Amino acid sequence: MESENFRQGLKHGLPICLGYFPVSFAYGMSVVLSGMPAWAAVLISLTNLTSAGQFAGSSLMLAGGGYLEIALTTVIINIRYFLMSLALSQKVDEKMTGVQRLLVSFGITDEIFAVSMQNERKLTASYLAGLILTPMIGWTGGTLAGGILTSFLPTIVTNALSIALYGMFIAVIIPPSRKKKSVLFTVLFAVLLSCCFHYFPVFSVLSGGWGIIVITLVVSAVAAVLFPIEVEEVHE
Amino acid sequence: MSNRYILTSILVMAVVTYLIRVLPMAIFRKKIQNRFIQSFLSYVPYSVLAAMTFPAIFSATGTTLSACAGTVAAVGLAYFDQGLLKVAVGASAVVFLVQLLGL
Repeated sequence: MESENFRQGLKHGLPICLGYFPVSFAYGMSVVLSGMPAWAAVLISLTNLTSAGQFAGSSLMLAGGGYLEIALTTVIINIRYFLMSLALSQKVDEKMTGVQRLLVSFGITDEIFAVSMQNERKLTASYLAGLILTPMIGWTGGTLAGGILTSFLPTIVTNALSIALYGMFIAVIIPPSRKKKSVLFTVLFAVLLSCCFHYFPVFSVLSGGWGIIVITLVVSAVAAVLFPIEVEEVHE
Repeated sequence: MSNRYILTSILVMAVVTYLIRVLPMAIFRKKIQNRFIQSFLSYVPYSVLAAMTFPAIFSATGTTLSACAGTVAAVGLAYFDQGLLKVAVGASAVVFLVQLLGL
């Protein structure tokens, strides 16, 4: 029964794994191109298992950011996992032990959360272990492959690929902006503030990472006041 | 980057991320009902990614013109829902072509 749950988890994790591979491949390439050792990129993917959070953390590292700056940026970007973890805690099997709860928490990502919330049954530890393992392999393996491949590429190619990471960010923010004016507002407001911070010397006290934190807090708060979302019920 | 700086930074990121994921699971059993907080959190990914991308993207590739061309390509592809990989590769391809022309 337990191994059956585990196998089902592995199977449900496979599409996530396939989706993660090219993204983390591009991540591995771009950070190694920017000067990060490949082993560090792989270690980041293995221990963080996040997209935006580790992208931002990596760029701060490349810019020589301070530890507090890195920690705060990571909190701001990843704080959404807090709510997902909260929702997931209502849906896991009551028989799950404390240690198992601590272990499966590590694997909460947007996609893994989405798939587990679609499952109609109570979530067992074995199922979640499988559901987390396949995407982890895809995420870490993709980073490794991307990180190693870069050393064989000529400069013109590496220059071109330096835009890949930003391309992925754009691919995340544009489609929902087209569909929801609340998201469009959020994106445009954030871009406006970010450009102001960058081009007006008045704001230069806020270096890269801090500026992003301030912008995120201000823009998200204003958007939340102007466009409050419909409160979702926890799925039983 | 020294190895010590790299390892400490990674440790900071990993611990912070894990704490965010584990705290609700370990402690809280009730869902947050506050509508403002839920709304705020739903807008966080968009504001943070937008602020990280612009204007940094314009100086990402070595020449401003190729970066602008790549940005236009990325926004265009994303507008038509082309997915993460296609947008990233498409933008890179445009930057490559523009730089190949020596611009």
